[in-house]
Amino acid sequence: MSARERILAKLRKAQPELPQHLPSLDAHYAPRVRGESRQERLARFRTGIEGFHADVHISTAGNWPQVLATLCAEKNIQTLMYGAATPAAAQLEATAFGGTTLRPWAGQFEDLKADLFHRVDAGFTLARGAIAETGSLILWPSGDEPRTLSLIPPIHFVLLDAATVHPTFYDALVNENWAAGLPTNALLISGPSKTADIQQTLAYGAHGPKELIVIVINVEGGTV
Amino acid sequence: MSSPAQQSAGKPVAFVSAQALRARMHDAVNDPHLRQSFRGAMDFLMAKRAAQFPDQGELDSLRSLSESIRQYSLSKLPDLLEQLEANLTRNGVQVHWAETPEEANAIMLGIAQRHAARLIVKGKSMVSEEIEFNHAMEAAGVGALESDMGEYIVQLAGEKPSHIIMPAIHQTKQQIAKLFAEHIPGVDYTDNVDALIQIGRRVLREKFEVADIGLSGVNFAVAETGTLCLVENEGNGRMCTTVPKVHIAITGIEKVVEKLEHVAPLFSILTRSATGQAVSTYFNMISGPRRGEDKDGPEEVHLVLLDNGRSQAYADEQLRKTLQCIRCGACMNHCPVYTRIGGHAYGTTYPGPIGKIISPHMMGLEQTHLLPTASSLCGACGEVCPVKIPIPELLIRLRGEANSAPHANPAMVGQGAAYDPKISLLWKLWARLYARPATYRAFTWLATRFRALTPTQQSGWTAARTPLKPASRRLRDMVKDRR
Ligand code: SF4
Repeated sequence: MSARERILAKLRKAQPELPQHLPSLDAHYAPRVRGESRQERLARFRTGIEGFHADVHISTAGNWPQVLATLCAEKNIQTLMYGAATPAAAQLEATAFGGTTLRPWAGQFEDLKADLFHRVDAGFTLARGAIAETGSLILWPSGDEPRTLSLIPPIHFVLLDAATVHPTFYDALVNENWAAGLPTNALLISGPSKTADIQQTLAYGAHGPKELIVIVINVEGGTV
Repeated sequence: MSSPAQQSAGKPVAFVSAQALRARMHDAVNDPHLRQSFRGAMDFLMAKRAAQFPDQGELDSLRSLSESIRQYSLSKLPDLLEQLEANLTRNGVQVHWAETPEEANAIMLGIAQRHAARLIVKGKSMVSEEIEFNHAMEAAGVGALESDMGEYIVQLAGEKPSHIIMPAIHQTKQQIAKLFAEHIPGVDYTDNVDALIQIGRRVLREKFEVADIGLSGVNFAVAETGTLCLVENEGNGRMCTTVPKVHIAITGIEKVVEKLEHVAPLFSILTRSATGQAVSTYFNMISGPRRGEDKDGPEEVHLVLLDNGRSQAYADEQLRKTLQCIRCGACMNHCPVYTRIGGHAYGTTYPGPIGKIISPHMMGLEQTHLLPTASSLCGACGEVCPVKIPIPELLIRLRGEANSAPHANPAMVGQGAAYDPKISLLWKLWARLYARPATYRAFTWLATRFRALTPTQQSGWTAARTPLKPASRRLRDMVKDRR
């Protein structure tokens, strides 16, 4: 018998005849639904993620590339890497970026590894959505926007559409039926990387990005 | 730099047996610095957790839900493991099973050798500590480098983690500053925490870039989707699971849940209970190696499922509750014993209350029978446990298993390890006396008459207390006088 068979046999022998009832998640979540407006949800997301040291800039569908260009200039970013094939890429490329070189991701990770570690100052990605309750971004990296774009460069810019902010993680994964097909890697990101491993003292910029900057497309144009 | 892997090669950081527990606890209690740093850290963590649960009703509801999800998962454990395996395999992940630490290490060494790996970078994994992974790799000439800041510090110091969430909680920043200055070439002494973290970042980034394999633990494994979930703040977990060509994840067989939605409440209660954070910086859901259009990520992903005594706990309905654990560490943060002696004194991979109830299954009761006695049974651990494990009840159960006559329960390794025929006989006599009113009356009558004959040496009791002596009159006699 293999280890697999032996382990399973031991468990089967002791397994209760009937499984416990399937827990009802709705019974916990349904009474706690907040009848929030979109702006209130966005505000709650913003407070949450700012509490984790992320910067949030509210913009519009037309103006966000300008906001990004200004931020890149302020932060003296030499090279900004982004995914080439997204709709946002076309908007980026049509914007004057001054001293910042826009570099689309091209090729496999192995071709870009050294540059990502040593020469790319910032990565730009889209967010699939966000979570108001915890101040988290949802990212589903893909071939168009590989996972290391949001991991290796010291600064991570994220573009978020305010219409995609969910109240809770549970709402996001149930309403969008994530279980039907997850990408290789799905992520929740709540702020720049951090650690409190030395004497419980919080320090930002552990192994991932040192800064997380969120630009929000808020079509209603309301200020948050 | 010379890696800690080289420095400690051939030198296991294995723990001493629990037989020495009393001496270790004695030393720990008498170390004022240690006590002060743990007291401070635990107060801090308790306050942060409390702040995350302002609404008692929400906490109660979330704990009940989390408990029921874990119990439901365990009730279907063998089925869920098979479902997990099938879906991971479909996703391109290679699944391995190991009954013992030796088997797990051999599997992982085999993978390392197949890739001619020289360096494995590790995300935080208590299961890898449990199997002495680093030592097994180093003995075979493969470097294993911890990349979680706390684990990195502990590895540099040649120690083991003293807390399952905050491994270096026993070290002061001055000690860490000295450690870095001594071990990392070109680094001068600084006890500025930001500067220390930036040093760690620089050193470890070089390693992420060149490592052949990344190792990680698993917080939740989702059966229906074949997904491995990792909770972390530093980004080193993402580095280890994304940058090297091969990713190996290792987990205990109990970590599986059936549905993806089950991770939402468990993740929420985990971070809030553990460090008092509403959410961790990263929640990383991995469902396979690089495939299709993907441009990055590892080309191979492996999962090692480890038993190591968990199936023994599973076999007993009461002890099975041990496996509900989501390793948040709240039980140790709230434990008056842990706070006074720190994590190292226990001499086991998992310290504190969870360590006392899980270690006997991993190591047998011969080595661990004293652990369940290192508790005042105050109940704090059971009250804060996010999945409602009745830890005090399990401690009492394990005390019983350790002290019952050998062979009473052959299913439990080391059962009867603390059995003492004299003590057992005394208890039996006492039980007889107590069960019958006539014998009890006779006994108390004799005890009060012959109280002068009570021995003055009363074993453990008189080690620090004055001897016990029956009163000159029985309660029943005094009551009679009053009437
Ligand atoms: S026993 Fe409960 S409190 Fe302790 S680590 Fe496990 S889940 Fe957390």
